[in-house]
Amino acid sequence: MVDKSLELFDCGHRACGGCGPALAARLIMKGAGANTIVVASTGCMEVFSTPYPETAWKTPWIHSLFQNAAAVASGVEASLKKQGRDEKVVAICGDGATFDIGMLCISGAFERGHDITYICYDNEAYMNTGIQRSGATPYDASTTTSPAGRNSLGNSRPKKDLPRILAAHGAPYVATASVSYPNDLMQKVERAVNTPGPCYIQIHTPCSTGWGFEGSKTIEMGKLAIQTGLWVNFEMVDGEVVKAKKVVRKPVEEYLKVQKRFRHLFRPQPNTEEIAKIQAIADKNAERYGIDIKQKPQE
Amino acid sequence: MALNIGCAAKPGRARDNRTGSWRVFIPRFSREKCSKCGLCILICPEGCISEDEEGMPVPDYDYCKGCGVCADECPADAIEMELEEK
Amino acid sequence: MRKIMEGSHAVAEAVRLIRPGVISAYPITPQTHIVERLAEMVADGDLDADYITVESEFSALSACLGASAAGSRVYSATTSQGLAFMFEVLFNVAGMRQPVVMSIVNRALGAPLSIWNDHQDSVSCRDSGWFQLYAEDAQESMDLHFLAYRVAEDHDVLLPGFVCFDGFILSHTYEPVDMPTQEEIDAYLPPFVPVNVLDAKNPISMGMYATPDYYTEFRYDIDRAMDRAKDLLVTAGRELGESIGRDYSGLVEEYRLEDADTAFVAMGSLCGTVKDAIDEMRDSGIKAGLLKIRSYRPFPRAEIAKALSGVSRVAVLEKNVSLGSAMKGAVGPEVKDALWGSGIDVFSYVLGLGGRDVRKKDIAAINALSIAGKGDMFYGLREELI
Repeated sequence: MVDKSLELFDCGHRACGGCGPALAARLIMKGAGANTIVVASTGCMEVFSTPYPETAWKTPWIHSLFQNAAAVASGVEASLKKQGRDEKVVAICGDGATFDIGMLCISGAFERGHDITYICYDNEAYMNTGIQRSGATPYDASTTTSPAGRNSLGNSRPKKDLPRILAAHGAPYVATASVSYPNDLMQKVERAVNTPGPCYIQIHTPCSTGWGFEGSKTIEMGKLAIQTGLWVNFEMVDGEVVKAKKVVRKPVEEYLKVQKRFRHLFRPQPNTEEIAKIQAIADKNAERYGIDIKQKPQE
Repeated sequence: MALNIGCAAKPGRARDNRTGSWRVFIPRFSREKCSKCGLCILICPEGCISEDEEGMPVPDYDYCKGCGVCADECPADAIEMELEEK
Repeated sequence: MRKIMEGSHAVAEAVRLIRPGVISAYPITPQTHIVERLAEMVADGDLDADYITVESEFSALSACLGASAAGSRVYSATTSQGLAFMFEVLFNVAGMRQPVVMSIVNRALGAPLSIWNDHQDSVSCRDSGWFQLYAEDAQESMDLHFLAYRVAEDHDVLLPGFVCFDGFILSHTYEPVDMPTQEEIDAYLPPFVPVNVLDAKNPISMGMYATPDYYTEFRYDIDRAMDRAKDLLVTAGRELGESIGRDYSGLVEEYRLEDADTAFVAMGSLCGTVKDAIDEMRDSGIKAGLLKIRSYRPFPRAEIAKALSGVSRVAVLEKNVSLGSAMKGAVGPEVKDALWGSGIDVFSYVLGLGGRDVRKKDIAAINALSIAGKGDMFYGLREELI
């Protein structure tokens, strides 16, 4: 059972007000518990939580490089196994470290079957370096390296499907979660750390600075992503989707129009053609994961 | 103070950094309206809201950055953001 | 126990005696015979280690870092491109003060691709914060591993280290090797006791970032540890001699230097060839000698100045090239610096790159070049190709 009162991530960290990843750190640790060793990648969370000597982490924590957390975690796990120790090993890394630069190490660690949980806090761009696009940036999002312009509608590629890639490695448990559904998030982390073998959780962590919305709306933004079908919370066991959060879907505009990274799609007037393409992504998600709640026809 | 070898540190020192000084708007909690659901305690990105003996949320203004997530999400509308006079 | 053994297998036997808890390595020529033999030892139960068959050298060293931070003695081996791939992690391991020891089976760096020997790989990692020891033969390749772990894990040092030995020349040739007993090595090298360790009962954060208020002092701290490593290499090298009968207290080693006019300076297996060449030169009345550098980092400046104080000229034989530099070789400038103000000429000669053989007559020819005041050059270029 998750102990919600457990606080393993301390006050005084330097995240922006309303930071999705900071909330994710707290919730992840509640789910993982105190008997956990955290392996971090370079990124926002690492920087806002560990300027020497002011660490916010109350459990053992190690950071090496941007792209090697899965390999460092492999070594930690091997050492613990050799010593007969029972701590859980949890890597917590951003989407750039996970989707892009860390893929080699992650693929190796998952193929070798280390007993680790790898968690990606996905804020959908390189926020620490100033909001550059990553392989996790959604279609048409304007970032500092995929800016909307006269010849550009923002990021030209859809988000990489990393959960399925890691499920294909034979991961026994793969899940997506959102800071906007904290109980679900904590339970998934608890399940992952107690599942032997390499498990993966991808957590949607809205970033007010990078996406362009008020910090008070972080939870609301995560909910809208789910309610529009642009983010799906699901669980995969041994490669099969066993559960997905069902919603009464809203049109994608409701999510897009409240974020600066998509505002070029609405100026000077709504770009219906592009918005329809994003709606198609949501529709495909809905079909693939069966998330639509069928509403009763009106009498 | 001598350096710790390898740039390592024990927990505790993050609290030296009192992020409450960043705040522009301050959350005011109404004991009358509060339903003690505990959501604000769970979702605060700072983890700076605790619970008193009666189950009422108590913010630690030394660390509250005034982001307003708690006020935005409170199902009982028991938290209001006020411009803080300093 | 004396046995005829391939150099790589002698190193694997050393690793077995050292008892690492975690081994993490990725195969690359000419390092493969070490990691294959270690895998056999683990498979047969002769070595009780967790062997991580990583997907890259980058992960090999990263996993070593994690395992070391969790409290295990760790081992890895690589060469050339693999070492270059580890470059980013090298600085990290040193900065985090994890006493990882790694065998470097020296090989050239591409391009052009070359699997053959020179010292470009390890010399290019000069400033990474790892100490670097160079072995002359299979026996020394084995023994320096005992010394390296002893120095690396000492709480006054806590630095990672390379044990470098020449690819193919030493790794793939058979030589008689005297193997210490497990009891001797257990007594010389007690179990690893970490200072910073990941432990849920006593949590710490490792690998934090340093602001400009702290960064310089952390780098200074590593440099001071390197100074202490220099002292410890001497005392621990002497103790190794007391234990196994072969003394390694010298950061440098002299060969027929006492009345030499020309002193050669070299590292690694080349020293054997140079010694033979010196014997022949001496037979024909040429007074030459050798200063072998065993420890390239920490650099034994005072020891070099002392050993070479009486010679007329110094010829540094370099199996590396610092492209675009004045002396061409990377070691020469530091030897020159050690002798600054002495009036002794110091020249670098780049040779033996990418596996090109260095013969006794080459050493004699370099002696003649140095007498003529010609140096800081590539030696033995094939003029017809230029």
